[in-house]
Amino acid sequence: MVEAKTPGYYIKKEKNMLSRVANSIYWLGRYMERAENYARFINVNFNLMLDLPPDLKEQWEALIMATGDHELYKTRNQTYNMQEVIYFLSFDTSNPNSIISSISNARENARMIRENLTKESWEKLNETYLFVKKASDEKVWKEEDPRNFFEDVKSRILLLYGLAENTVARTEAWHFRQLGQYLERADKTSRILDVKYHILLPSPKEVGSPLDFLHWMALLKSVSAFNTYRRLYGNISPHGVVEFLILNKYFPRSVLFCLKEAEQCLYKISGSTGGGYSNSAEKAMGELRSKLEYDDVNDIISDGLHEYIEHLQIKINNISNKINDNYFQIKDNFVSQTME
Amino acid sequence: MKVNHEKHHSFYDEMYNEHQEFRDHYNSFGEFIKSSSAKKLNELQFSADKAQMAMGMTFNVYHDKEGMEKILHLDIIPRIIPGNDWNIINEGLKQRITALNLFLQDIYNDQKILKDKVVPADLILGSKDFLKPCIGLTPPKGIWCHITGTDLVRDNKGEFYILEDNLRCPSGVSYMLESREIIKRAFPDLFNKLGVRPVSDYPTKLLDMLQFLSDKPKPVIGVLTPGVYNSAYFEHSYLAQQMGVELVSGIDLMVQDKKVYMQTTKGLERIDVLYRRIDDTFLDPMAFNPNSMLGIPGLFEAYKAGNIALANAPGTGVADDKAVYAYVPRIIKYYLDQDPILKNVPTFLCREEKDRLHVLENISELVIKETNAAGGYGMMIGPKVDASEHEKFRQLVKSNPENYIAQPTLSLSTVPSIIENNTIEGRHVDLRPYVLYGKDVEVIPGALTRVALKKGSLVVNSSQGGGSKDTWVLY
Repeated sequence: MVEAKTPGYYIKKEKNMLSRVANSIYWLGRYMERAENYARFINVNFNLMLDLPPDLKEQWEALIMATGDHELYKTRNQTYNMQEVIYFLSFDTSNPNSIISSISNARENARMIRENLTKESWEKLNETYLFVKKASDEKVWKEEDPRNFFEDVKSRILLLYGLAENTVARTEAWHFRQLGQYLERADKTSRILDVKYHILLPSPKEVGSPLDFLHWMALLKSVSAFNTYRRLYGNISPHGVVEFLILNKYFPRSVLFCLKEAEQCLYKISGSTGGGYSNSAEKAMGELRSKLEYDDVNDIISDGLHEYIEHLQIKINNISNKINDNYFQIKDNFVSQTME
Repeated sequence: MKVNHEKHHSFYDEMYNEHQEFRDHYNSFGEFIKSSSAKKLNELQFSADKAQMAMGMTFNVYHDKEGMEKILHLDIIPRIIPGNDWNIINEGLKQRITALNLFLQDIYNDQKILKDKVVPADLILGSKDFLKPCIGLTPPKGIWCHITGTDLVRDNKGEFYILEDNLRCPSGVSYMLESREIIKRAFPDLFNKLGVRPVSDYPTKLLDMLQFLSDKPKPVIGVLTPGVYNSAYFEHSYLAQQMGVELVSGIDLMVQDKKVYMQTTKGLERIDVLYRRIDDTFLDPMAFNPNSMLGIPGLFEAYKAGNIALANAPGTGVADDKAVYAYVPRIIKYYLDQDPILKNVPTFLCREEKDRLHVLENISELVIKETNAAGGYGMMIGPKVDASEHEKFRQLVKSNPENYIAQPTLSLSTVPSIIENNTIEGRHVDLRPYVLYGKDVEVIPGALTRVALKKGSLVVNSSQGGGSKDTWVLY
């Protein structure tokens, strides 16, 4: 028997979200994006190595440097050969940022909040995890050409994004996942640029050489930006690429674009309308976003790209910490709130 | 594919009758099996395995780091129950749960049944599951056992017997629901042809029942889980997701002024009903086990004040003790003045001298069970073990008679099952239907059929190598 409900019963106000759940969703977004970016890094570097002149040695060290995990890498490897680097970045479970770690962390977070996910999202993510695990059992990194694996990881995660885009309600959970995803992407795009800093040219004379351009092109391709860049900027130049990947307002992988999106997520979560800030996370985010809006690519390059990127990463970390303080670790605030 | 059906045996086979023909309700399915190639059936089984993996239908095994998550094997050959058999189960369970609920209300309040000496007072009052803090309490709407999963078995004549009342936090219902989804994909035609009663509205019914417990028009409801490492975590999250309610753990909740709150990103929010999947004594360290890390301090006070409904109510465990079980037929008679529709397995109470002597005499033919153990642990199946084990249990019974009961060895019924991708052989099964007690008592027309995959084994528990089957209840 179904009883008639009072008018307005079915008009549901948005549910408040458990802090623990918000935390898990945020990290689910970050880990998925991290895995996808790692797959991009490796695939592109692999392609780049195929284009190198035969007398030049393969360069895999730059990837390790850009991920920021070179200390950990050095504790277990002496050299930077392809297999070792691919293993470390993809399948090493003791590397907390490897693809397998990121996917299994994403899944673990999803498992903790499974009731908040759609059935399809959970199943696709679970399948991705099983897929990576199987590839690990099959020792894919030992294959001559492991590129298919990275393509698969990428498309599986893009499929998940597509599923979410078309099936997930735009409630708080959505904004927390997007927030994680865009912050992570801002960080990773900056790191991809940094790869260029770490890749050594045979001599300083090579700056501006075909080899140099090859590098910049590979970089653009790694973030699926090559064709868009061509249409917008035409010639490949370091200034153009840096401006495009950091300061462009329209390209969905540029750092500024990501920060703007992430900032909107914060506003949606707090319910504020923008303009000023309502908590320390919004303040930190707004400051960095507006700084980028006024930054000039000539200054960035003359002051040093690597230093600029490092600074950016510190700021992004700081924003993440503030999000944590404001939304996830607020048990203490709650206690004082109810004591009053 | 041929079924390796043993012609001479002493148990009831669900698919074949005594003339080695298909029983009527298995006719279509039996013909399908006969006409399908081994390859086809193996493929269907393989797809089912894969689907389970993809769904993440896993349970966690403690102390087993390598494969923390295990799959409960789902055999694709269903257990089919004809409508008229089901009607008996349906009526019998309604009767039994109604009586047990009256029993719980009585023993925590007037204790009439104890004063009338129908059930020995010391058995109840001395039980560790009799929760003193619940004395004098009437839970919301007077319901104690909201969700039960009663275990039934079939003897060699095909008659159903109650084996165990699970009134605490019975698990497995998610397997009933997800298995059905998987098996539907394997045999779409047969579903149409046979008319199988649907189970998919279970989460809706569960939600209705939980909402019924609160007087608010839109109560906030949560499923309380011990956490992601609990063996039944899959089920907790699954049910929360299917009902569209919060899945909460102890750290998400707090009690202020005898009201229970969830900690959200926007502050505190009242919660009104908890479907709790944490054992009684872990619910609240202030009322019960002070060492519980899972519990919510002050929860019991909030419950007593009527500010939160808990399903199942704390204190139900005392009524599903294996010794109390023996009294259930008398409990039904006492409260309802009816004869039990579903029989109990004859049970010898070692606490009573006459029964104890019988048990010690005949231990090699009996099953000895510890009254408070679950999951198939602490039991001995007389005919399956040697004399030294008999002697060990004789001593255990003598030294602690209250702790043991004995039952004759049951010849659980069998259903043909696919074994190691190459043969189909009969394997022993039990039956766990689920009962919801809200506005009415309702038995869900389906069940978890657990199957002992080892040849000849009678232990169906998932922790000890059991698998499962989809259960088709026909109209």
